[in-house]
Amino acid sequence: MNLEPGLNSIASAERLEFAAVGSWTSAHSELLERLVDTAALQVANARSIAINMAGVQALDTLGAWLLERLIRSWRERGHDAAFTSLPEHYRGLLEEVRRLNLQARPLRVRSNPVISTLESLGRTTIGFRGNILAFLEMFGALSVALTRVLLRPLGFRLTSAVHHLHRVAWQAIPIVLLITFLIGGIIAQQGFFHFRKFGADAYVVDMVSILMMREIGVLIVAIMVAGRSGSAFTAELGSMKMREEIDALRTMGFDPIEVLILPRILALVCALPILTFFGSMAALYGAGLVAWLYGGMSPEIFVARLREAISVTHFEVGMIKAPFMALVIGVVACSEGLRVKGSAESLGRQTTTSVVKSIFLVIVLDGMFAIFFASIGM
Amino acid sequence: MDRSSEPMAIRVRDLVVGFGNHIVLDHLSLDVRRGEILGLVGASGGGKSVLLRTVIGLLPKQAGSIEVLSVDLDRADPQEAHAIGRRWGILFQQGALFSSLTARQNVQFPMRENLHLSDKLLDEVARAKLEMVGLTDDDGDKYPAELSGGMTKRVGLARALALDPEIVFLDEPTSGLDPIAAGAFDALIKTLQQTLGLTVFMVTHDLHSLNAVCDRIAALADGKIVAVGPMATLLASNHPWVKSYFQGERARALTRS
Repeated sequence: MNLEPGLNSIASAERLEFAAVGSWTSAHSELLERLVDTAALQVANARSIAINMAGVQALDTLGAWLLERLIRSWRERGHDAAFTSLPEHYRGLLEEVRRLNLQARPLRVRSNPVISTLESLGRTTIGFRGNILAFLEMFGALSVALTRVLLRPLGFRLTSAVHHLHRVAWQAIPIVLLITFLIGGIIAQQGFFHFRKFGADAYVVDMVSILMMREIGVLIVAIMVAGRSGSAFTAELGSMKMREEIDALRTMGFDPIEVLILPRILALVCALPILTFFGSMAALYGAGLVAWLYGGMSPEIFVARLREAISVTHFEVGMIKAPFMALVIGVVACSEGLRVKGSAESLGRQTTTSVVKSIFLVIVLDGMFAIFFASIGM
Repeated sequence: MDRSSEPMAIRVRDLVVGFGNHIVLDHLSLDVRRGEILGLVGASGGGKSVLLRTVIGLLPKQAGSIEVLSVDLDRADPQEAHAIGRRWGILFQQGALFSSLTARQNVQFPMRENLHLSDKLLDEVARAKLEMVGLTDDDGDKYPAELSGGMTKRVGLARALALDPEIVFLDEPTSGLDPIAAGAFDALIKTLQQTLGLTVFMVTHDLHSLNAVCDRIAALADGKIVAVGPMATLLASNHPWVKSYFQGERARALTRS
């Protein structure tokens, strides 16, 4: 059944006959295309052309289409072309392809690369405004939903909020503890290594504790939460959007913001301060351990230094930032989730955007808080 | 041609498939001959799709053997297993189109990967396949999310047929289509079967399809094939489920005519 196909010409006076042989199937596609392309130009001034099909062992749609294309190209140039000795069982397929591809395909207009670059730049700029609007819209919708829930507390989805709190806080604790512990240790080690040169070992404790309490602790935890929970929110809401689950909710008279998004964001707002607290403690523990084992500072001295170095203010500065960062992460994650379109690709793109954008905004927010706290003297 | 002497396209023996303690297919045996259209009927949730998915190797089986085109997928080496993918085409119930490719790219995908065609020919063939299933060239530029349910099915069929396979598996091909489109779909399958010698394994509830295109019908009940044969055999069957299926109000209206 797998014979090499061929198209042999048998010329005679005004009549040209091609004998198609072998298997005209997609397995031989390359050869077939070449055969047909050469045959199309081979006809010179023959008035009538025929393709003898008696020798064809197998035919599929690809082969049939190539034959049909050949016949059409001859007819266009004024030749009389037809099939001869056509076996009965191929007739149906050839008739089927005769009805296909009748209209000429419109030519695709290729645009100027400079103009298309400018166009995409313009679209990105306008898209940026869309991003801000989407963020504000989600923020507004969230406020409305929150107000409604405050007026009618029984409508709040407590079970859902607790479930999400379990996911974003409780299940995140081990990894948050591990990472902040390591970072606290690394900062302490670097501090001892460099401060020792000018005999300032004791100030390592100040550096680690102030840094971890005020800035790094909350920032690390927020970035981890954005990557861990923010991306999950986007992907969940995005796939619900793709499968029309959100539309279904809406038609049943539920507000998706109230049902899906409010519990998630509230859980995040509760979770981030908790995680920040545990994270900061783990960082101090890591720093203390490194001070003891590497810096030769006994735990008693470390704790005593710690008491002098930090006050409740430092702790407050770190903790105050946490819920705001959680809010930004949640709003970005949920609004990106709702912007997912039908395809898997857009789900991936929106999830990436959600993480990148929330990490960026968290850092910007941290900078703004730093200016604010500096100016009120905290 | 005497078909009975040919090897079977699909040969299933003593197949057992279950999830946990729940046995879905219980020592099921079924033959599909080369070049025939076999319709599989059964109650919703009765394991029709499970049988189809097990045959194409998506679900693990607990016992039994399956041969597709004389290849036992359990014993086949990776090369053979890959080659079999070129010899069958599958239309999934929900279409299972690649959502980040346009309809045309979906149809072109198997051809682009397996054949060496020029871009021009690739476009022409993809367009021919789309037109064969009743879509226009403009539909080819749409993404799956922009297609209606029926159109998704058609693109799925066009993709299943892209490589002119020897067997096509169709999971409820005509559900969700209007009667005219479903009739055209049936006629198309019949034409392809006659010209390409296609073997079709079709899961369907459409009595029209069963009557019009299927050479044989297999009825699945209680995890077994309880009746198999042409429409007349099924109508004569004494199995209670088969009886109520083929002699119900809706079935009688069809078979009478």
